Amino acid sequence: MAGHTGRFPVKHVIGFILSIALTLLALWAALGSDLPTVWIIVSIMALAIIQAGIQLFMFMHMIESESHNGHVPWNMIFHGLVLAAIVVAGSLFTMYSGHGSGGDHDGDMKHEQQQEQHEGHTEH
Amino acid sequence: MSAHELKSGPLEYRSSQGRMNILGFWIFLAAEIVLFSTLFATYAVLFGRTANAPTPGELFEPSTVLVMTFLLLISSFTCGIAVHEMRRGSVKGLITWLIITLVLGLGFLGFEIYEFIHYTHEGVTLQSSAYWSSFFILTGTHGLHVTLGIGWAILLLIQLAKRGLTPVTSRKVFIISLYWHFLDVIWIFIFTSVYLIGMVV
Repeated sequence: MAGHTGRFPVKHVIGFILSIALTLLALWAALGSDLPTVWIIVSIMALAIIQAGIQLFMFMHMIESESHNGHVPWNMIFHGLVLAAIVVAGSLFTMYSGHGSGGDHDGDMKHEQQQEQHEGHTEH
Repeated sequence: MSAHELKSGPLEYRSSQGRMNILGFWIFLAAEIVLFSTLFATYAVLFGRTANAPTPGELFEPSTVLVMTFLLLISSFTCGIAVHEMRRGSVKGLITWLIITLVLGLGFLGFEIYEFIHYTHEGVTLQSSAYWSSFFILTGTHGLHVTLGIGWAILLLIQLAKRGLTPVTSRKVFIISLYWHFLDVIWIFIFTSVYLIGMVV
């Protein structure tokens, strides 16, 4: 942890440069590359998780012996992350399962909406 | 955890009260993760349900989003430098870097307000469709957090100018730095899952 007491904040500068690089890489993957859409989504989400890890471990002082490692409730954070994963993945699973593949589903919905509107008009 | 007072190390860790407050704030952040996960889940489920309103791909501007992302990213970095200065014992350095952080945060907020006004002119509001409701609630909740953080930091700056660095003020600065970095973590996921995916799909 020399970076904390030294004059130059090495850890922060490395984390900052990595964050910028990852942001630009994600932007390029999304708008500049010819990858299939699914792979774009998977890769930029992976880049986001790496960047979040950089913020947590290089900026947010999660690992510090000076506090005798008593300042971070690891179990609570783990609990929060697990709940977040269940809420997001569970919602998507519940709302999308049983409707066929996601791509077709969008089309179905638009079609259904148009139909509903159409029916609405004929009733009046 | 040791309850005794520490004689060395960063000021914010020296009293057991300080360490407990930081621990408590991490518990709050864990709860914030869950809060934002519900908003992300709502957004993901309602993705594509734009009804007759314009689609995100038509409205999102890569340049505006990139400027916002970099403003918040740089402010997270300067906030880290502020804590670094605090641990070197420099009140002047701390206040300077904290003010730079605030200016960048205000810049971010300005761009976000511009973005929302721009969308409203394009005919997209909270009431437009399920998708746009979830979009404005997710980004708006993040923006509200940034606004609160700016107000909080201004109050803290006044206290720092009056009292200087004590175990109490340094603990408070450390906690707001955690809050500020956390907002950047949330923004990384908004940038990726809302803006980038919105422009790709």
